[in-house]
Amino acid sequence: MLPYLTMNPFGFPILSTVIFLPLVGVFFILFLKDGNKIKTTAFVAGLLTLGVSLMLFFNFNAGTPQFQFGERLAWIPAYNINYVLGVDGISIMLIVLTAMISPLCVLCSWKAIEKRVKEFMICILLMETAMIGVFCALDFILFYVFWEAMLIPMYLLIAVWGGPNKDYASLKFFIYTLFGSVFLLVAIIALYLTNGTFSIPEAMFKGYSFTFQIWVFLAFAIAFAIKVPMFPFHTWLPAAHTEAPTAGSVLLASILLKMGTYGFLRFCLPIVPLASFYFAPFMIVLSIVAIIYGGFVCLSQTDMKKLIAYSSVAHMGFVTLGIFTFTIYGFIGAMLQMLNHGITTGALFLMVGIIYERTHSRQIYDNAGLGKFMPAYVGFFGLFAVSSFAFPGTNSFVGELYVLISTFARSRTAGFFAAVGAVVAAAYMLKLLKQIVWGREDKRDIKDLNVREFVYLTPLAIFVIWVGLFPAPFVRVMETTLVRLFMQLNKLSQ
Amino acid sequence: MTLLPELYMLLFSVFFLFLSVGKKRISLFTAARILALLGFFVTLACAGARGALFAGAYQVDFFSQVFKVLLSAGFTLVVFMFEKENEVENLPEFFMFLGFSTLGLMILVSSVELISIVVSLEISSFSLYAVVPLRKAQTRTQIEAAMKYLFFGAISTGIMLYGMGYLYGMAHSTYLPDIMAKLPQFLAQPLGVLAIILTMTAFFFKLSLFPLHFWAPDIYEGASDATTTFIATVPKIAAAALLIRLTMLASSAPAQMATVIIVLAAFSMTLGNLVGLVQKDVKRLLAYSGIAHAGYLMLGLLSFNREGNAAVVYYITVYLFMNLALFYVVMLLSRRGENVTINDLSGLARRSPLLALTLAVAAFSLAGIPPTGGFTGKFFLFVTAFKAGYLAIVIIAAVNTVISIFYYLNLVRISYSRESEELRPLSLAFHEKVLCCVFNIVIIYLGLMPFGLIDLFRDAM
Repeated sequence: MLPYLTMNPFGFPILSTVIFLPLVGVFFILFLKDGNKIKTTAFVAGLLTLGVSLMLFFNFNAGTPQFQFGERLAWIPAYNINYVLGVDGISIMLIVLTAMISPLCVLCSWKAIEKRVKEFMICILLMETAMIGVFCALDFILFYVFWEAMLIPMYLLIAVWGGPNKDYASLKFFIYTLFGSVFLLVAIIALYLTNGTFSIPEAMFKGYSFTFQIWVFLAFAIAFAIKVPMFPFHTWLPAAHTEAPTAGSVLLASILLKMGTYGFLRFCLPIVPLASFYFAPFMIVLSIVAIIYGGFVCLSQTDMKKLIAYSSVAHMGFVTLGIFTFTIYGFIGAMLQMLNHGITTGALFLMVGIIYERTHSRQIYDNAGLGKFMPAYVGFFGLFAVSSFAFPGTNSFVGELYVLISTFARSRTAGFFAAVGAVVAAAYMLKLLKQIVWGREDKRDIKDLNVREFVYLTPLAIFVIWVGLFPAPFVRVMETTLVRLFMQLNKLSQ
Repeated sequence: MTLLPELYMLLFSVFFLFLSVGKKRISLFTAARILALLGFFVTLACAGARGALFAGAYQVDFFSQVFKVLLSAGFTLVVFMFEKENEVENLPEFFMFLGFSTLGLMILVSSVELISIVVSLEISSFSLYAVVPLRKAQTRTQIEAAMKYLFFGAISTGIMLYGMGYLYGMAHSTYLPDIMAKLPQFLAQPLGVLAIILTMTAFFFKLSLFPLHFWAPDIYEGASDATTTFIATVPKIAAAALLIRLTMLASSAPAQMATVIIVLAAFSMTLGNLVGLVQKDVKRLLAYSGIAHAGYLMLGLLSFNREGNAAVVYYITVYLFMNLALFYVVMLLSRRGENVTINDLSGLARRSPLLALTLAVAAFSLAGIPPTGGFTGKFFLFVTAFKAGYLAIVIIAAVNTVISIFYYLNLVRISYSRESEELRPLSLAFHEKVLCCVFNIVIIYLGLMPFGLIDLFRDAM
């Protein structure tokens, strides 16, 4: 085996299993006709994947920064392309997050999707395969194939099951993302021609010339910044989020956006460190602009989904801010924020989906004053909203705290503005919460949560509180990897 | 044995020539399909044949045999796809002309001598000139298309002959190896570059590369679906083969030729994709897409080595399948042989999910999105061009990929997300379903498992 890859302790290729289990589900669904059976199959496939991913999580050795559960097969020998999989502290949590969110997406679409159920479930499962694949791949081409393959089902999710403006939103999403990706491809080829291999770990810390690093960084940064999305590239996000069906929004917010920041951590920092140092001030400024701009735009929204979409821009700003402060707190904070945002914002989109099924409107005014007849709903909503602006005791608080500490350590001005952004977040989330709970007096006939909705909201709520009060298990998993990354970068920066 | 595939194609054509004279109405489709399939297996069986005939003017080597298999596969698929009697007049002649054209192309990929190249190219072209006007109804457009095709084709042949005259004058030989051996000393002079570019013109024409692209949209629109399918795929394979043959024989990479190829490639893809954006007729759109793809194909020729050539062959293979798949969707949609506009695709996902899937797979492949073959092929092309040091054209091609996604995605978007008034389900016969599945599987197979095939092509170069 390779020096950076430790063997898989299981008797079977566990990473391939976790990637391709959803595809097995797709295979079964192809032969089913009945809607309920299709949904059940998709849900079971999702649950099995979650089970295997938990096996990964519990067998993960947090003491080593190496890639674990390694698998390696020759794929296209003519170009030295291999099928290499492995996970480390950065990717393991994202895989579990993906495996957890996907079955919830099936559950939340149980009633909401009436037409073309079969295709819908196939799209969700294909997404899951591609998303987990992205986090496992240790070969650039394998990574790129998963990264791009994801676009197709996501595009279909928006274009077929989306809202009234779906044409515009889906096209914008696809073209924006593809535009970034082609530069990623060019950068990958450039790295291949320098290294002679498409292996990701073998491309790290190679000491390329500064000019080369600058160009590669720019190509990477366009791709990842669009995916995150960072400030000037964010315009596809509100459109896509607003028009996508609930499950699509959840997948987009919880996992797709993480791929950009994952890319920064996995590629930009270790492969082109000097360029990352060079561009860090710009990235920090863009992150802070995203935080503050996102916050102010949220203040003026009347559409719940749009508000949450813009709040994503602000939250992801914290993640990129954490990454580009180059401290260990920054990295841990960024990773935690990635998870937290995945859980909280995903949950908020689920909440919007639930109320939309009842009132068929996403306008805040139409859904205001639910406190009296939907107590359970409002309870969950309150928890997630509070978590969204990083109230102490909830998950986001921990992550944001790490990021803010790191930012203040690096620059007080930056820290000040980031803190202002955090306050704005409280303003818009509380404003929304107040409207939803007490906004209207009149009586309406809206039913509270049903069992299915309880089932998919509860795990997310548990996570919110668990990470908020006791983040240690999660931090421990990622710490070793991040500390090593930090040490390596530190050595270079001196 | 060495000439068996060609002889078989000749017999195939002659058989249909007799049928066209006689009055007997045996089941033409079945006969054509069985015979074409048999021809494919014959070609496959002869893949190992080697030899040089006619004083070295005719080379039967691994290279030519690989291309003959590809040509035969393309021809067979076209014969299988085509089945509407109301689309084409004079059915036996139609098969005969396609057979002769394929025969010409098969001879072309084996020819390494100027005169045989001209002769075989003309065998193939003249059959196609004759087949374009065979469309039923719509008398104006297909006659116009046929005339245009004839004139442009004749002019491009003329230009090629003019260039060949210079080549002969410089090298005093009509054999490609002799010419290429003497070429380096001539390439320093403008005359040498001019001669080789003029010679390549006829193949650029077949590939519909800028600036010889202008025939494509009109001919695609005017000819019947089946004819267009053939013209859009099979001759391009042979044209690519000849261009590779020319670059293979050049001992070193002549910088002037590379510059010309880069300029033509850049213009071709940019023009093809930009004009493709505004097309309403699917076949016209595919014509512009073909112009753009001819541009991408040039990337592999730039490196002047075996790897680049293998990438070209791989791409043309993928292109054959994805293009055939898209044309098949068009064919099945227009049961009466009329032209399909983009709006006719609306509601396709509901009318026939399999057809919509085939359309989506083919369109995503043409756009170059993984995990389809289009991506893998394009990736090989990018790598070889980048390796040869031509970063600029790689970036232009990458940006073009983004431009092209607009119109490919538009096809998918309309067929999936737009509802139409006509919700009559489009029922497919069993063999049509099978063919659709074959296209989908092959395109994805070529995307995910290119090993084997790319190694084979590399050995053949």
